[in-house]
Amino acid sequence: MSTMEIPLSPALPQQAKGESRFLRFAREFAASHIAVFGLAMLAVVIVVALAAPWIAPQNPYDLGKLDLLDARLPPGEKAGSGNMTYLLGTDGQGRDMLSAIMYGLRVSLMVGVASGAIALTLGAALGVLAAYLGGRFEQVLMRIVDIQLGFPAILVALILLAVLGKGVDKIIIALVTVQWAYYARTARSAALVERNKDYIEAARGLGLSARRIVLRHLLPNSLPPLIVVATVQVAHAIALEATLSFLGLGLPATEPSLGLLIANGYEYMLSGKYWISVYPGVALLATILAINLVGDQLRDVLNPRLAR
Amino acid sequence: MAPLLDVTNLVTEFATRDGLLRAVDGVSLSVARGEVLGLVGESGSGKSVTGFSILGLVDPPGRIASGSVVFDGQELIGLPENRLRQLRGRRIAMVFQDPMMTLNPVLSIETQMVEAVLAHQNASKAAARERALEMLGRVGIASPASRLAQYPHQFSGGMRQRVAIAIALINRPDLVIADEPTTALDVTVQGQILFEMQKLVRESGSALIWITHDLAVIAGLADRVAVMYAGRIVEQGAAAEVLELPAHPYTRGLLDSVPANNATSRRLKQIPGMTPSLLRLAPGCAFRERCERAAERCIDMPELKLHGARHVRCHFPLVSA
Repeated sequence: MSTMEIPLSPALPQQAKGESRFLRFAREFAASHIAVFGLAMLAVVIVVALAAPWIAPQNPYDLGKLDLLDARLPPGEKAGSGNMTYLLGTDGQGRDMLSAIMYGLRVSLMVGVASGAIALTLGAALGVLAAYLGGRFEQVLMRIVDIQLGFPAILVALILLAVLGKGVDKIIIALVTVQWAYYARTARSAALVERNKDYIEAARGLGLSARRIVLRHLLPNSLPPLIVVATVQVAHAIALEATLSFLGLGLPATEPSLGLLIANGYEYMLSGKYWISVYPGVALLATILAINLVGDQLRDVLNPRLAR
Repeated sequence: MAPLLDVTNLVTEFATRDGLLRAVDGVSLSVARGEVLGLVGESGSGKSVTGFSILGLVDPPGRIASGSVVFDGQELIGLPENRLRQLRGRRIAMVFQDPMMTLNPVLSIETQMVEAVLAHQNASKAAARERALEMLGRVGIASPASRLAQYPHQFSGGMRQRVAIAIALINRPDLVIADEPTTALDVTVQGQILFEMQKLVRESGSALIWITHDLAVIAGLADRVAVMYAGRIVEQGAAAEVLELPAHPYTRGLLDSVPANNATSRRLKQIPGMTPSLLRLAPGCAFRERCERAAERCIDMPELKLHGARHVRCHFPLVSA
């Protein structure tokens, strides 16, 4: 059969165009070298945190493996048993600081991301719903948000943890409580803008259900500003968790996060054993800095008002 | 034959900070199947709000204060929201003004069209997709199969409006309300879309209400025309008759403001003054302060009276009955 080869060209430019949308986003993001550096740093932090059980020289949670004779060794010292070198020194219990930091990073990131995700879901749902429904629901919700944001986050978290006690779940509850309001406020303002656009009116004119309009039309279009807020808030959550742990209110001492590691080394600071506090501090700083660098660039790229 | 849509004494009000604003004040109109009604007026004359009121899409602080909207024998005012929702998009469809804004930017055309079908019909996704393809072809979009997977930003303004029209007509509605759908488009594209729209309506026997401020569009498209001013209908009748020999001074003014009607390059005639604020509407004829023919009598609100073959709201119509 001599069928003509029909070029599939109409489909091709469309695919290329769809791809170019992502590429454009990537290119705009990569325009800032600092942001790329931040992204690389964040990638390293995430990989280290995820792979900690496999790449850490020691399991810092296994108290049986720790040797009190190795306590407070400076960076680079060999272990008494001779089978490992403490690259970043050891803490008061003879724990390898490098391993402790890797595991601490894991806890800090997990708490930050989990609380951020829950707060985002809750806040976005309430905020978008408030914008769509309006009326009394919106009024009441937004006044609650105002009241919530009127109190310092650290104060609310401190009181909550004092009541709830210690534990990963409790600190996540505390962080969600202090953060959902930011998401709700941002989601509402973004959804209010979207809600007044014609396509929402058109969707109503088509007789679509309210649930469908909110979930398929309003929510996805309100997402970009929320992503930006989320990056900043995850960094805040990590810092807040570190602060709470430093104050001894966050996580149990058996599973130290970065904040608790810093607190543990605090008493040795003045006796010259700087590494117990400083290295976890550097890890915390690097994590928060990386997230903020990425968040800043995301905000610029996703902001339609900035000329590009 | 009873008209498909019969609106009687419709009043829609908005509670604003400065008081109650009556955007639609006692509007009565009707459309039959296969008929095109042009609803003409300046910005703020209440023509769009009339369209939204028919669909029950007036949001607080606005509300329909009184009147009746009978669609195919069924009263729509006071109908519960879920019943209205079943009518919207299925039997009454709306096309909006700005084609750049009426499509959801994050969903593909296919998703949006299929969604419109499935909202009202118990069809399979494949069948809905078939229907979407067919509609895209009918509104004049080339290679609909590849266009279907695309997103709104990949379409030009004219193409988007075609898509919006295809979505509006996808469930074969009995009544289409088009709110200035060609205003944002090029004149050439506007012509094509008008032609397609007219063809689609005539073929399917639907009724069409075309809301616009553009008299040229009305002249080419509408069977009958209703002219609105300050929330009221001031003249209503056959399009040819009203546009040829307007009876209301406001219709006359509108026609005189169209450059094409002013062949010799004299200064364009304008209507003096501004559209009155609906919040501080003086008693009597709303147009009287801008009207050359205004007299003492105009302090009394003229009724919309039968005048020959048309209805006019004026004490001193320009044409004798």
